[in-house]
Parts: sequence; C-alpha cells; structure tokens
Amino acid sequence: MTTAHATGSRTRAYRAPAPLGGRPDRSLQRTRTGGRRNRAALAFLAPALLIMAVFVAWPMISALQLSFTDASGFGEAQWVGLDNYARIFTDADIRDAVVNTVVYAVLFTPTAVIVALALALLLTNDRLPFRGLFRTSLFLPFIISLAVAALAWSYLIDPQVGLLHYWLRGMGIDLGNVLQDPTLAMPAVALVAVWKNFGFYMVIFMAGLQEIPGSLYEAAKMDGAGAWSRFRHITLPMLSSTMAFVLIFAMIAALQAFDQIYVMTGGGPYGNTQTVVMEIYESGFRKLELGFASALSYVLLLATLVLSVVQFVFFGRREKES
Amino acid sequence: MSAATLAPATAPQRPAVRAGRRRVRVSTVLMTAAVAVTTLIVLLPLFIVLFTAFKPTAEVNAYPPTLLPDAWTMANFERIFSDLPFARLIGNSFLFAGGVTLFAVAFDALAAYALARIDFRGRQVLLIAIIATLMIPFQATLIPVYQIVTDLGWVNTFAGLIVPRAADAFGIFFLRQFFIGLPRDLDNAARIDGASELRVFWQIVLPNARPAILTLAIYIFVNNWNDLLWPLVFTTQQEMGTITSGLTQLTGPGGIVPYGVMMAGALVAVVPLVLAFMLVQRKFIESIATTGLK
Repeated sequence: MTTAHATGSRTRAYRAPAPLGGRPDRSLQRTRTGGRRNRAALAFLAPALLIMAVFVAWPMISALQLSFTDASGFGEAQWVGLDNYARIFTDADIRDAVVNTVVYAVLFTPTAVIVALALALLLTNDRLPFRGLFRTSLFLPFIISLAVAALAWSYLIDPQVGLLHYWLRGMGIDLGNVLQDPTLAMPAVALVAVWKNFGFYMVIFMAGLQEIPGSLYEAAKMDGAGAWSRFRHITLPMLSSTMAFVLIFAMIAALQAFDQIYVMTGGGPYGNTQTVVMEIYESGFRKLELGFASALSYVLLLATLVLSVVQFVFFGRREKES
Repeated sequence: MSAATLAPATAPQRPAVRAGRRRVRVSTVLMTAAVAVTTLIVLLPLFIVLFTAFKPTAEVNAYPPTLLPDAWTMANFERIFSDLPFARLIGNSFLFAGGVTLFAVAFDALAAYALARIDFRGRQVLLIAIIATLMIPFQATLIPVYQIVTDLGWVNTFAGLIVPRAADAFGIFFLRQFFIGLPRDLDNAARIDGASELRVFWQIVLPNARPAILTLAIYIFVNNWNDLLWPLVFTTQQEMGTITSGLTQLTGPGGIVPYGVMMAGALVAVVPLVLAFMLVQRKFIESIATTGLK
C-alpha cells in the first residue's frame, strides 16, 4: 500500500515538469501537501525526539568521544586515538568474551523464538481449553525481575539443597554443580533467559496471529491444504513483520546478556560465561576504564547494527515477495 | 493451582463414538497435556519463590529439599517490614514505573504514527537512527546520562527517574511495526474527508491498536518496576528508592543472601505487578475481541 501510493505520486510529479512551464500548479500543490505532511510529522515526533536527543543521542556522542580517550574518572582524559579499539582486537579476554556471547546468542535466540511461536500457535487454537489461564501463567516469568529469577533458579539447581537437582537425581540424571560446570554453565544461564523472555515474544506472536484473517485458512482448507501447508504458506508469510521484530529483539537481548549471568555465575567458571557486556561492566564500573568500556560498547553496537540490518533486509524482501 | 483445574481436561474418560470425533479428541488431549506440562515446568521457579518465602531458615537449607514448607512462618516477611520503609518504597515504585509508562506510551505512539503513516522527508533515515539507538548497551551511556541528570539538579527526584525514559526506541519501533500492519483504507478515507492527522491517529489508528498499546504498557511498567541499576544510580536517599532497589539492602553483612528473606521480598515486590497484570490482562483479551481483529 505504501509503496503503491509513493510510486503513484512520484510518477505524477515526474510527468508534471515535462511541458516546461505548462502546468506549474500541480507541482506547487505537491510541494504544499509535502510541507504540510512534514510539519504534521514533526509535531508528532517532537516530544519523543526531544527526550531521545537529550538522554540518548547526546550521551551516545559523549560516549563516542570517551572511546578515543583514556578517561578513568580521575584527572584529565588524554586523547589516545584508536588505542582502545586496537586493544579490543588483540586482547585475548575480549576474544573469549565475543566467542561466549555468540555461543549464548546461538543457544538463546532460536530456542526462545521457537518456544514462543509454538506456544503462541497452541494458545490461539480454539480447541485448547483454559487458554486464558495458560497465557497468564506462561507470561508470568516475564514480569519477574531477572535478578529474582536468577536467584530462584540458582536455588533450584543448587547441588546441596536444590529441589530440581534432587528430583532429577531421583530420575537418574545427576547434573552435578551446573553453575560450576564449564560445559553446562552457559546453557543454564541461556535457559534462564529463555524462561524469562519467551512469554513476551509469545504474546507478540499471538497479537500477530490474531491479525491474520480467518478467511485465508478457510479458503486453504477448502482447497485441501493440510496443517503444515497452512502454517508454511499462510501463517509464516503473514507473520513475517512480527517475526522480524521478535528475532531482532531476541538477538539484541542475547548480545546484551548481563543480569542473570552477573547473579548466577559472575562470568565463571573459568570465564566461560563472561560476555561482552560483562566485560563492559567490569572495565567501566570496576576498573573505571571509561574510555575502553565506551570503545567496546561501540564495537558491540556496530556488530548488532550490521546483524539487524541483514535481518531487516532479508525480511523486507520476503515481505515484498509475498 | 493450574494442576488441579487441568486434571479433568487432560484425562477425558468418556470413549468417543465416531472415528472422526475421536481423532479430534486425541489431538486436543495431547495438545492440552503438552501445554499443561510446559506450564507447570515454567511455573516451578515461581512456586519455589512462593513457598520458600514461608519456610523457616532451617528448612530452606534442609536436605532432602521439599516444595512445601513443613512449618509455615511469617518470619521472613516480618524482617522485610521491619528493615525497610515498605509503604514508601512501594509508592515510589508505582510513581516511577507508572510515570514512565504514561509518558513513554503517549510519546512513543505519536512518533510511531508519524513513522508508520505520514510520508515525510527523511522518514527512512530517522527510523534507522531510532533502531540504531536500541543497540547500544545502556551501561555505556549511563555515565553521560548521570552527568546530565546531575547538571539538571534532578538526582533524588521523580523527574530524574522518569524524564530520561519518557520516550524509548523500543516502544516507537514496536508500535510502528503494529501500525503498518493495520489496513490503510480507513485512514485514507478519513483523510480524503478532510480529517487532520491527529484525528486519524486518535479516532482510527489508536482504537485499532489497543492490544499493542496494552502490551507495550505492560512491558514498560514491568521493566521499570524491576529495574535495579537505574534507581540505584539516580537516588541516593533510601526514601527515594524503589521496592526493587530496597530489596538489595536486605543482603546481610558479607554479602550473604538469606534465600528465605530474599524470596519473601521478591514475593511482596511481585504481588502488585501480578495484580496490575491480571487487571490489564482482562482488558487485553477484551480489546482483541472487540476490535474484531481475528
């Protein structure tokens, strides 16, 4: 709809100047409505843009400035050029943190999105009883603070007094000390994040699913399309803008993993759950290397931006095709 | 609580008569069972918080562990009420999280409308710029933001807590995604009839976007209610703190966290959230039903 409208007015504008000086009224009118539109847009955007300029954009510029200095909170900051950035690409700890963050993102993002979509599909199915109760229950973890959730989970899987640990051992599965286990610690902190966040993604998927006209499914059923075929050819394409939104936000959340790792493992064991944001926090607020922490934030920002644009373009193309 | 109500549905005893009906039945039962089991697993940590809050310390650290307390006690709660200015902290949390929600939803919706519905110059660039601001970890801008709030003299005020968050990229992007999904026929018709953009926004787009607005409101309210670092940084007096930041002061000397007291605190902090959510949850369902989106 948007593109059709824009193309329509552009062709008109393109034709207008052709008979040089012949019909100036039409192009004039276009400019006038364009100006009116710009002013209306500005009025709508002004409050949000003002807040974001002062409390988001300006601090980002300040942080960028900091990233080229050795600012430490003490004394005058010296300009050090790209030194902080050079350190990011040579420091072994940072490289490990990047690897850990990627592992975390790969564990978290698909799991959270698939669980959320599967449950959203089940919870929008008319044949499921108690849908309201299920939806409320499944959304509950999202309203608990991640720090509290991390405490509850730590207590559950505690090798001495943990109830879940005890039950699993009764079933013959001995997890040992999960949070001290180099291979299990990362899946554990990722699972806590899945537990905490999937309910929100699920509700977004449900809102998206509600928007798909039921007539499409009726028509497909009449044509003899099976459940999988209806999912593949109606649900997925119709959900693509919702899917893009959920994927991008799940990925950003994954790349910024911090709270539950801070509470549950503190980055251990042996630095195995040390993520990039944990590094930013430690260099910025523990070691007070403000310049280095800012540089690291900017590298993370650029990486996230590139990944998001790739996903956006991918889904944008899919949307146009369908 | 759900286990008891679900039991009859997961095990229907009546044999189905016709083959067609039976196939439907089996899949419904399987689906219900799958969702019920998932829900119970998901709720387990919440039950742990609930029941541990009522356990005496000896039971909290006992082996073998149990789900339910043997001897129920209010001792953990008594400690929270005696150690914290509790009513004040809850009130602060409501003002802080509620204030942010009110402003942010209003400003985000206005901005999202412009980005989704008005063809103005530079729209695409602005959208990308807004999305880009989402990706910087907030730890990185916290120091510059703190300097600005200090310069404004807003430390230990509600303005300092609320204003920096009165608009956010997440909400703008979220609502924009929802607005572009709404059919344009209605607002184009209204525009041809001479309706102003504000009227199209208020009377056509907003009523149709109620589920998205409510979802965003829950999201913002919950995030701010639960936020720990923000109130810790912007308030230095205990009576300006929130319930979430207040709970961290329960940590005993040497940083030892008594699980029982922590869980009691967590439970008390989460009750208003659950109540608020239940309240909105009903509206949420109503709005989906009345807008007839399905």
